[in-house]
Amino acid sequence: MDWAVIPANLPFLMKGLWVSFQLAIFVIALSFPLACVIAIGRISNRWWIRYPSATFVNAMRSNPLILIVFWFFFLVPLIIGRPVGDFASVMIAFVVFFSAYFTEIIRSGIQSVDRNQIQAGISTGLTYFQVMRMIVLPQAMRNMMPALVTECIIIFQGTTIAYVIGLREFLNSTFLVTERTIRPVELYLFAAMVYFTVCFAGSCLARYLEKKKVRTR
Amino acid sequence: MDINYDFNWSMLLEDPNRQWIIEGLLTTVYLSLLAWIIALVVGIVIGAMRMTPSRTLRIIGTVYVEFFRNIPFLVQLFIWFFVFPLLLPHDWMLSWNRLPHVPFMTALIGLSLFTAARVAEHIRSGISSIPKGQFDAARSSGLTQIQMYRHVIIPYAFRVMIPTIASEFLTIFKNSALTLTVGVAEITSAAKSIEAWSFRGIEAYTVASLTYMTTTASVVLFMTWLEHRLRIPGLIAKK
Repeated sequence: MDWAVIPANLPFLMKGLWVSFQLAIFVIALSFPLACVIAIGRISNRWWIRYPSATFVNAMRSNPLILIVFWFFFLVPLIIGRPVGDFASVMIAFVVFFSAYFTEIIRSGIQSVDRNQIQAGISTGLTYFQVMRMIVLPQAMRNMMPALVTECIIIFQGTTIAYVIGLREFLNSTFLVTERTIRPVELYLFAAMVYFTVCFAGSCLARYLEKKKVRTR
Repeated sequence: MDINYDFNWSMLLEDPNRQWIIEGLLTTVYLSLLAWIIALVVGIVIGAMRMTPSRTLRIIGTVYVEFFRNIPFLVQLFIWFFVFPLLLPHDWMLSWNRLPHVPFMTALIGLSLFTAARVAEHIRSGISSIPKGQFDAARSSGLTQIQMYRHVIIPYAFRVMIPTIASEFLTIFKNSALTLTVGVAEITSAAKSIEAWSFRGIEAYTVASLTYMTTTASVVLFMTWLEHRLRIPGLIAKK
């Protein structure tokens, strides 16, 4: 074992880790609002909104992420008519894919709030949107926080899949260094440790939020 | 928007595309089923370790689950593929590399041990969802620890866990697509090859997507039926 290979290549590896973080943050920031819209569509009373939303969510959830990445890598340049960067293509695929998972979390969060509260709110003279904003969403938000944090960790773990189209995120950077230095043992164990540290911290946060949720109920 | 694409669905039936698709389908199915069975066995053992009174066993179980859950699956797969053989004693490594299907074996180990951690978690939450009164009642009626699990807890927990065990099969089925990175020729890899050789991405990826979607739909339907068949009245509220 020769651990010196890690500090020697640290700047390159950290650049990769930064790309992973950026990808995860962009994906979370874009897919969450999209998911809010789809979630509202999913619980809509109008069937022509509800069915397409449900179909989209089920289609995404029954396909592997890597296949969605391939689909978009092939389709996006075809639709736009010119090549887009690796980062943009993989980001679009991730946003579409993970918005389906966020949708389900948001939907069950909203449905976890007792329906009677909506009627009670409306009967006190609030409008539907006021009831949503002031009564339902704050409670729904607290109920879905642990699941949202867990999903963010899954998104961060998912960024490794950008490896397949050659985006230089953390795993791909590690892979490139192993090709050059022939030190796979040290490098992959280091990568695993970095991912573990980030994700473990995230799971602890999710667990803490879960406990807090149970206590306030 | 100017989409210039000629559809040619019949090319999927020409060789070598047809060959790739058939082989890909079989590999995906074999790999997922085998990995699922191993994952259930290992997961039950790990899950049981976390419920034992022994502190050491509980810690081992917890460490296993935390490690396998907090490292991305692709990283685990790379470790099994690139790192694990190098850590074996020299002659073991040689015989490992001489095995006929190293990528498949790697994928099988990686998939099943990764999913086992998830199964272990489901088992724990399944058992802890059983009301404490059930345990007390079983003990006070004179059953031994083993009899209590055999006749009261497991039949209960099993029913609670049917949906999660089924969804773990679907997780494995979808995660098996990632094994193309270590050279397993499963269905997504077949689609990718067809796309790379003929630029017929839409046709090729449609085949792969349909595979996953029909499998998901059939498993969900089957499990809904099974859950209904095995339902104990009053245990799980009807939706």
